[in-house]
Amino acid sequence: MSFTVPAALEAELNELVTHYPEKRSASLMFLHAIQEHFGYISKEATEWIADKLELQPINVYELVTFYPMFRQEPAGKYQIKVCRTLSCALAGSGKLHKHFCEKFALDPKAHGVQTSKDGKFSVEFVECLASCGTGPVMMCNEDFYEAVSHGKADEIVGKCK
Amino acid sequence: MPEQYRLILKNIDQPGYTPDLECYLRHGGYESLKKAIALQPKDLPDGKKQSAQEQIRDDVKASGLRGRGGAGFSAGMKWSFVDRKSGKPIYLICNADESEPGTFKDRQIIHKDPHQLIEGMIISCFANDVKLAYLYIRGEFPAGAKLLNQALAEARAKNFLGKNILGTGYDLEIYVHRGAGAYICGEETGLIESLEGKRAYPRIKPPYFPAILGLYMSPTIVNNVETLCHVKHIIDMGGAAYSKLGTPNNTGTRIVSLSGQVKKPGYYEIEVGKVTIGELIYHSNFGGGLLDGRKLKAVIPGGSSAKVFKAGEKFKLKKKNADGTMTEVETDMLDLPYDFDSLQAAGSMSGSSAIIVMDDSVDVVEVLANLGEFYAHESCGQCTPCREGSLWMSKALHRMTHGHGRKQDADYLVNIAQNIQGRTICAFGEACSWPVLSFVKKFKDEFEAKGAADEARNAGAGPK
Ligand SMILES: Cc1cc2nc3c(=O)[nH]c(=O)nc-3n(C[C@H](O)[C@H](O)[C@H](O)COP(=O)(O)O)c2cc1C
Ligand code: SF4
Ligand code: FES
Repeated sequence: MSFTVPAALEAELNELVTHYPEKRSASLMFLHAIQEHFGYISKEATEWIADKLELQPINVYELVTFYPMFRQEPAGKYQIKVCRTLSCALAGSGKLHKHFCEKFALDPKAHGVQTSKDGKFSVEFVECLASCGTGPVMMCNEDFYEAVSHGKADEIVGKCK
Repeated sequence: MPEQYRLILKNIDQPGYTPDLECYLRHGGYESLKKAIALQPKDLPDGKKQSAQEQIRDDVKASGLRGRGGAGFSAGMKWSFVDRKSGKPIYLICNADESEPGTFKDRQIIHKDPHQLIEGMIISCFANDVKLAYLYIRGEFPAGAKLLNQALAEARAKNFLGKNILGTGYDLEIYVHRGAGAYICGEETGLIESLEGKRAYPRIKPPYFPAILGLYMSPTIVNNVETLCHVKHIIDMGGAAYSKLGTPNNTGTRIVSLSGQVKKPGYYEIEVGKVTIGELIYHSNFGGGLLDGRKLKAVIPGGSSAKVFKAGEKFKLKKKNADGTMTEVETDMLDLPYDFDSLQAAGSMSGSSAIIVMDDSVDVVEVLANLGEFYAHESCGQCTPCREGSLWMSKALHRMTHGHGRKQDADYLVNIAQNIQGRTICAFGEACSWPVLSFVKKFKDEFEAKGAADEARNAGAGPK
């Protein structure tokens, strides 16, 4: 499978490289941009980035496996991330996570990311999102939500078309 | 009456206050920068001249400002360690990774007043001859990263940033760099590795003190978001005036993140040491007390890595008398002034100034299991005691919360934790063992009772 990066995205990436005295520094920003565009980091993407930044593919691959935000497989169109950590747990994030899992026929006890059968939603627990005073908090793609009741959760899902 | 003192949060949440440059300028924005770069060399009594940069660094020292990121180290001292003779460029990094559980203060600044941070950063860069700086922001703040980029572009357009800043001949660039979900990127040397495009494996100190061998093996300053904002106010007020805020050795103001089981969780800015933990939890200007009908059980006073306090716990604190002699005063946990030194004297720390309150509805084993899972997930994996130990502790706690505890688990957990702390490359080793050591020590009866009950029940049920 060939891997092509659209010209506009490549221009954006070229600009990013100029932010650093050493090319390798741009790897995380590259991975973010590539994942945003393609939905995940494929083996081809890893090789492409390595080539572009004059690195070995392993130098890029080890980042994908280290940093929790990067994925090697596509996730749902809408990614729901519920904060699992203490303050949110005290505010009911366990029940919120379960509510989403039940809504999309997923296993609330399973570890890691799970995606609904139709590929529309993925649900996962993440660690503290730095909004502990308004728990339970969650993200749906780039949007951030506070004090999420089950009603509010359903509303958020309702807006995902 | 204990009250908030809003210095950093002065404009934040005020009606009509927006994060754009126009609004910031209407509120006196970038005046401190103008003041800083207009400073003229000063004649010293010994005939030498002191540069503008040295004057600012002296002022930051005089202010007594201590880092707001976690360790509470003197900012002026940190800056004085920078190797200025290496011939290599000096870098500055703003630590906007904010990921210590319980902490949500930097988020407010980044999202609601980004220019305040940028102004503080530019002044700090100017004072340290930095020409290239980075804002390392956690990956889970995509909106914050966009806002900061926009604010940087606005600042560049007005020549507060870029080449020949406001005609002074000083050049500076600041770029936003995004993390990707790893807590360890908050540790300054892990952050530097991550900024170099590698796994965030913390470096061993010595020799890798950032002030000497930091980013690209060059001298580097890493400061927290809030710390850099304070620098702006120090220039504004003068270091001596700033040092009168707060209490001796604990100067200035500080944003406290209050969460958990209180009526009004939120972020509250106080003069350091002028408000007690009890006031922060109970006073109507702050947390407003516990939920109705509840009793206090435990308080984590400085982010999840700080040692927990048990309700009713008393400490012997040394107090200076008027004649200079010291007396020991018995102080209840709730009466501890919220500052760096008092919390340390009480065996914990104010860390990232995040207070997590727990009432009598919580099961402390469940609470520790929650934190244990966090640390097991976030260990970077370089050091065996931390990588294995954090996982063992988490597994044991998981077992205890799933009906298979044993009476000796309390001692087992303490044993593992003791074998992690002090035996690792970075302070994560302490961060993951302190909660375990303090929770088990202070609530040992509950851990043992739970284990014993499980043992009794499971013995009746026969082998699993
Ligand atoms: C495990 C670990 C996590 C940390 N996380 C953060 C963080 O999220 N934000 C932060 O500012 N400092 C964090 N720190 C502290 C930094 O290493 C560093 O001391 C701080 O950014 C220095 O800034 P300051 O002197 O202005 O406080 C962390 C430290 C450790 C050991
Ligand atoms: S103490 Fe833990 S987090 Fe720190 S370097 Fe060692 S393994 Fe990594
Ligand atoms: S614990 Fe959920 S945001 Fe911090």
